Amino acid sequence: MQQTGTERVKRGMAEMQKGGVIMDVVNAEQARVAEAAGAVAVMALERVPSDIRAAGGVARACDPRIVEDVMNAVSIPVMAKCRIGHITEARVLEAMGVDYIDESEVLTPADEVFHLKKDDYTVPFVCGCRNIGEAARRIAEGASMLRTKGEPGTGNIVEAVRHMRMVNQQVRQIAVMSDDELMTEAKNHGAPYEILKEIKALGKLPVVNFAAGGVATPQDAALMMELGADGVFVGSGVFKSDNPEKFAKAIVEATTHYQDYELIGKLAKELGTAMKGLEISQLSLEDRMQERGW
Amino acid sequence: MKIGILALQGAFREHQRMVEACGEEAVLVKKVEMLSEIDGLILPGGESTAIRRLMDRYGFTEVLRSSTLPMFGTCAGVILLAREVVGEETKHLGKLDIAVERNSFGRQVDSFEAELTVEGVEERALAVFIRAPHIALAGEGVQVLSEAEGKIVAVGSDRHLGISFHPELTDSLVFHQYFMDMVKENISKEMTV
Repeated sequence: MQQTGTERVKRGMAEMQKGGVIMDVVNAEQARVAEAAGAVAVMALERVPSDIRAAGGVARACDPRIVEDVMNAVSIPVMAKCRIGHITEARVLEAMGVDYIDESEVLTPADEVFHLKKDDYTVPFVCGCRNIGEAARRIAEGASMLRTKGEPGTGNIVEAVRHMRMVNQQVRQIAVMSDDELMTEAKNHGAPYEILKEIKALGKLPVVNFAAGGVATPQDAALMMELGADGVFVGSGVFKSDNPEKFAKAIVEATTHYQDYELIGKLAKELGTAMKGLEISQLSLEDRMQERGW
Repeated sequence: MKIGILALQGAFREHQRMVEACGEEAVLVKKVEMLSEIDGLILPGGESTAIRRLMDRYGFTEVLRSSTLPMFGTCAGVILLAREVVGEETKHLGKLDIAVERNSFGRQVDSFEAELTVEGVEERALAVFIRAPHIALAGEGVQVLSEAEGKIVAVGSDRHLGISFHPELTDSLVFHQYFMDMVKENISKEMTV
């Protein structure tokens, strides 16, 4: 009678996170700061994306010890990242009882051809996307939540804006498309036909879509909400800023009240310096994490 | 009737859809002033810690504590309505004389959906439990409406309804209709007084 791991249960979990902020943390102490600031979940990892970028080499799923510490430290849901296509990293995280797995391009891909078949798992997954083709393929593989890829660890919002605008524009186009145009649209995007049919029927994506990759200020978070994000992931933005506690709180409030500009102005006042930003054009193609995933 | 849905964080749009499916007007409540325009309030699912922090910051907690509005809390919402949260010091709204326990059915991998029988209602209700709390103790004046796995998951009093799960992720209107009837009764009572 009772069923676990159903589509409704997995997608529903992400629905509960809407309007909220999910923060990257590397230890229990940061997780407590995030929870106290009102984060709806934390993403446990070994290094935030900007440090992954700086360190170079292969980035893997983090030490299970960190995930465990974070899970014991907070009562909000705990997410963790696995490499694209790394079945075992994902299964280990699931066995540990992680609440959500991010099959993430922030880590070095383990498989350059195939993503995980995510509907086989009881634990729900979130995946990055830049356009409707990537979004629809991830949904068809079983992702229960999406996020823009943006360009992680740069503190530069431009790519997240590009990806959010692109996906939403394509969803709007599909919503008004006639049925006989849909198959060619699916072919052009490499998107599963059935998923596009679902998008057309709903007039929106069938799963929640958060913004991620480059959020550094309360204004950045509010901007992404304005552009139609269901919520916001903040990676390096909080704990690479001058005053993480204040930044975390300000980003949470700006996300809730993204159209209350007076309030956001107050929140942003004397926050200290945001994380150092990177200009995207200075990154070589190989250094762009958003190019990962297929 | 105008039904407000506290729209600070969480699945408030799904409740809007359910209220409208019951044939009533739904209002998304983001500011405390909006409470005076509505006949009943839904506290949606989301992260209770996050919602509570925003409620404090925007003055909802104090106003709701003294309010006589009928209220319906789902998941995080029932935690906010409770008199006590087991193992925690924080006092929420104290509307229902119940003690709730958070994450009673395990973590997300243990989250489930089920069909429930509801006391006094013929139709079975479809329920989605997500990292759900349960009602460990129900005091006087609180009627137990449903149980799952031997745990209390739905309770009601004359003006408050609290459930551990999410009917708003399904098309099952049982509990929303139950609340609409509660609000209606409350309005007619107030008119006779």
